[in-house]
Amino acid sequence: MGVDIKIEHLTKSFGKQLIWGDVSLTVPAGEICVMLGPSGTGKSVLLKTLIGLLKPDEGSVIIEGTDLVSCSEKDLYEIRKLFGVLFQDGAMFGSMNLYDNVAFPLREHTKKSESQIRDIVMEKMDLVGLIGAEDKLPGEISGGMRKRAGLARALVLDPEIVLFDEPDSGLDPVRTAFLNQLIVDLNAQIDATFLIVTHDINTSRTVPDNIGLLYHKHLAMFGPREMLLSSEEPVVRQFLNAQRVGPIGMSEEKDADQLAAEKDMDLPPLPPIPLQLEPSNGIPRRSQRPPGEWCRTNGVTPPPGSFLPDSVLAGGVKA
Amino acid sequence: MSSSSLTATKALKPIGTAGNFFAFALDVFIALFRRPFQLREFIQQAWFIASVTIIPTALVAIPFGAVIALQVGGLIKQFGAQSFVGSASVLAVVREAGPIATALLIAGAGGSAIAADLGARKIREELDAMMVLGIDPIQRLVVPRVLACMLVSVFLNGLVSVVGVAGGYVFNVLLQGGTPGSYLASFTALAQLPDVWQGLAKALVFGLIAAVVASYMGMNAGGGPKGVGDAVNQSVVVTFLLLFIVNFVMTAIYFQVVPPKTG
Repeated sequence: MGVDIKIEHLTKSFGKQLIWGDVSLTVPAGEICVMLGPSGTGKSVLLKTLIGLLKPDEGSVIIEGTDLVSCSEKDLYEIRKLFGVLFQDGAMFGSMNLYDNVAFPLREHTKKSESQIRDIVMEKMDLVGLIGAEDKLPGEISGGMRKRAGLARALVLDPEIVLFDEPDSGLDPVRTAFLNQLIVDLNAQIDATFLIVTHDINTSRTVPDNIGLLYHKHLAMFGPREMLLSSEEPVVRQFLNAQRVGPIGMSEEKDADQLAAEKDMDLPPLPPIPLQLEPSNGIPRRSQRPPGEWCRTNGVTPPPGSFLPDSVLAGGVKA
Repeated sequence: MSSSSLTATKALKPIGTAGNFFAFALDVFIALFRRPFQLREFIQQAWFIASVTIIPTALVAIPFGAVIALQVGGLIKQFGAQSFVGSASVLAVVREAGPIATALLIAGAGGSAIAADLGARKIREELDAMMVLGIDPIQRLVVPRVLACMLVSVFLNGLVSVVGVAGGYVFNVLLQGGTPGSYLASFTALAQLPDVWQGLAKALVFGLIAAVVASYMGMNAGGGPKGVGDAVNQSVVVTFLLLFIVNFVMTAIYFQVVPPKTG
């Protein structure tokens, strides 16, 4: 069972440039969350702050009662053993082949014998579909394979929290779909807390239980998937539906003139909310909620055509 | 922001960098005593550093020995003390040329390789990945490199001394018409055993400085592949500067502690 991550009043700036301020949220245990945001809003910075690679200026990140921001170096290394992190390019160790890469955390942290290690490594390699590529060096394989290998390495210590830094960047749509299915299946299997940083709309519409949106140096909204997908809030609506009309401009935000010119433009209607991606064995995940539940309990009428079985396909980006 | 405070920030930046560097050096020192010791990485690195430095060092040492023989030989002839050529040559090679040639090679070949390696790991997020996997890169990567660099540098110093003296011998005997007997016999006339020790001590310190600077630069590389290039470049330049300064200081201290032999 995963653990939750409590983020309180987190603020980070580089020099005089504020990246984001006063970010507070709780990533619920065992659920899949997606953190969205336009390019350059510091999503990766947030991820690195969560694992203590970057120190925030203010605020705290609390995991199992320990504040990662103020704890000692030693505690930090202990807490990090709870994490599995998939970096943008996989961050495989270039000097080792895939097998040694995946075995690395086991060899460093456990006293398992080589045959036990072999069993675990092969299991994880099988999980991400990399059987047969163990002897390859990271430089010899494609970006998608590197990512999957990075995922295998992130999972090898049975983490309680798995962080994904843009799992879908640089992957073709088919591979992205497979990876998304893999993420959902994994969550069903290991019940860890998943946090995915991405700007892929399709992923964020179909995969997570919760969505957060970083925009204009703050956390614009964080909540259940259906809440954000049915939200009329301009920023959320613009981003989740990939539209040009709205407060987000080409460079960060639009100026007053542009916004005034758009004032009379009608926003296109909200597209239907697609069904959430289910585990491939059909057994619902522990944290999965029935489609439409949030809308019903909060008295929100979902856009017409929502939660229809084929809307998974129809729910893609409409320009 | 007023321009004066901006200037102040810029002016104080080198001090901040120096502070970070010493903090890093302290981290390395602390990690030196943390178990488990990475024996495998140490041996691999020692082998690697040796393999990139041995041949260049030998090739540098030969002309170094020859040029010293040439200089000293000419000078000493003017003083009319040809019988001391061997001694002066040994003295120069063991005391100064050995450590200096070692410093050049360990910084230029060993240090640049370390900075490039760690810099590439840094920009590929390998170091981040390692920290996230709960492994301290300073203990896992930097400490073995520093120790390997120190070990190899001591050996290189020995190599330079031997090759340099041999080169001086060949030059003196074959080209300058010196006699083998007087060259060898005068070895101990001016030189003494502590000269060898101080050469080794210098080499040890040079190896330490080169590896720590290179690791620091590599681990703080930023901004993509260009950052790695910059890190390597800076690491070589900074190491050279430091090594020549430290060499001077150590020589000065040595002469205070061990007075030169009087005939």
